[in-house]
Amino acid sequence: MTILSLSNLTKRFGAETALDGVDLALAAGERVALLGHNGAGKTTLMKLVLGLIPASAGSVEVAGHAPGSAIARGLTAYLPENVAFHPSLTAREQIRHYLRLRGGDPSEAGAILEKVGLGAAADRRIGTYSKGMRQRVGLAQALIGRPRLMVLDEPTSGLDPVSRGEFYALLDDLAASGTAILLSSHALSEVEVKTDRLVVLAHGRKVAEGTLEALRAEAALPLTVHLRPRKGRGTALAQAFPEAREGAGRLTLTCAQSEKMALMARITGSADMMADFDVLPPSLDDIYAHISRRAA
Amino acid sequence: MPGRILSTARIEFLIALRNRWVLIATAMMALFSLVLSIAGSAPAGDLGADRLSVTVASLTSLSVYLVPLIALLISFDAVAGEIERGTLPLHLTYPLGRGELLAGKLAAQLAVLALAVTIGFSVAAAVALQTGGPAALEGLPALFRLIWTSVLLGAAFLSLGHLVSSLARRPSGASGLAIALWLVFIVLYDLGLLAAIVADDGGAFTRRVFPWLLVANPADAFRIYNLAASDAVGAASGLAGAASSIAEWKPLSSLFFWPVAAAILSRLAFGRVQP
Repeated sequence: MTILSLSNLTKRFGAETALDGVDLALAAGERVALLGHNGAGKTTLMKLVLGLIPASAGSVEVAGHAPGSAIARGLTAYLPENVAFHPSLTAREQIRHYLRLRGGDPSEAGAILEKVGLGAAADRRIGTYSKGMRQRVGLAQALIGRPRLMVLDEPTSGLDPVSRGEFYALLDDLAASGTAILLSSHALSEVEVKTDRLVVLAHGRKVAEGTLEALRAEAALPLTVHLRPRKGRGTALAQAFPEAREGAGRLTLTCAQSEKMALMARITGSADMMADFDVLPPSLDDIYAHISRRAA
Repeated sequence: MPGRILSTARIEFLIALRNRWVLIATAMMALFSLVLSIAGSAPAGDLGADRLSVTVASLTSLSVYLVPLIALLISFDAVAGEIERGTLPLHLTYPLGRGELLAGKLAAQLAVLALAVTIGFSVAAAVALQTGGPAALEGLPALFRLIWTSVLLGAAFLSLGHLVSSLARRPSGASGLAIALWLVFIVLYDLGLLAAIVADDGGAFTRRVFPWLLVANPADAFRIYNLAASDAVGAASGLAGAASSIAEWKPLSSLFFWPVAAAILSRLAFGRVQP
């Protein structure tokens, strides 16, 4: 079932086009990551989905309802980038309030805060919290009432790697129960394999969409290979691999995906000259940088 | 819907409590009332008015200045502050209408104000009753009237505060607009009318237009209604003649019209705010 559908979505601010004809559909239980540099249009897209700002052209539907309508807001949870709360309130008071706004039971606040690891700090004022703790309060409010659609703007930006892992585990649970999740990030390495699909935005346009594997294959970036010669065999090894650059006591060369097997055979043939070797696939950030560059 | 407004009101009242607004507003009202009730008690015997009515006359003049000021101070931050803190976008994605959000804030701030004037004026009343004896009980209806009209006056200025908050969208701009609004309604408006009367010298303006312009301003309507509705208060203020020349329903309608009109205006202005 389609929870969110965007068609030809366009947003202009004066002469500037922030979002340009974007199509996107999210099914129930799907996790989609929205990638792009600052200013690529991620936050604009999210605000349109939430009905906070009107579209200049195109349309958004949340389970068939207009964005920002009472029903759509009832179905949607949002975690803004750098989420903020009134500093004089405690997390428990804030979450109780949000529970009441969604027609929930305020006494569930404790359990929800426990879930995001704030059980012990629940009765401290949010003004005393660290950025990561505030982000957890933000996540806690987004978990209220099992939303059908979750919109998360840079959700892991203030979190350490351990918290990030816990965060994605929570999202997995939600997705498994049918929540469609749209989250944004400016780094591919942050979302990794935790999402089903990636959408790359650049200058307001959708420039790539697919699974990480599909994007990796499409980018077809070369592998990087490091060869470390045995003592006294450096010159011989350099002659065997004339295309390699020398430096830091090792030889470095690149190799297209399609020529990987041939190179492996050459390495095996010269094994007596080598102490060690490493084959490095292109990093996630390399792939992302490549896609963004190609779009520009 | 009432549940969401109530929850918003509850959380806003809690914030006002933590920000010391409840304490500051109440202490301000109580302190000024106390000073007035002690200082203003001397002429009671000569005027044929009871002690409490004299105090109410003084409190009326005080409230004209203080109630709008406190109301604007409490409310100017309502929308602009949320924009600055970055809490507004999240609020607006909840199943909570913009009207409900404003209504909740208004309810909480009105509670703060009602608490401040009730406690403040009660302190003054207690002093008047203690020094004036049982005769001062005659002034109780006037005191009660003063309290509920102060709440109406406060409601008008709270919504005007929400209006400037939505228009300015930044707390610094909103506070400037709030001060300007206070100056215009409370000080400059009366000065302008006075200048017009002097220039007109008893002409058509003074007889036909002036009475309407006077009640059109909620602060003036508040003053006239409180002075006109009680003979004793009017006598104590020395303005009985002037105040009773205007029919009582006129300032009263103005006092009920302004909170509604200001609330509608603030809702319209808030509707134009894009988070």
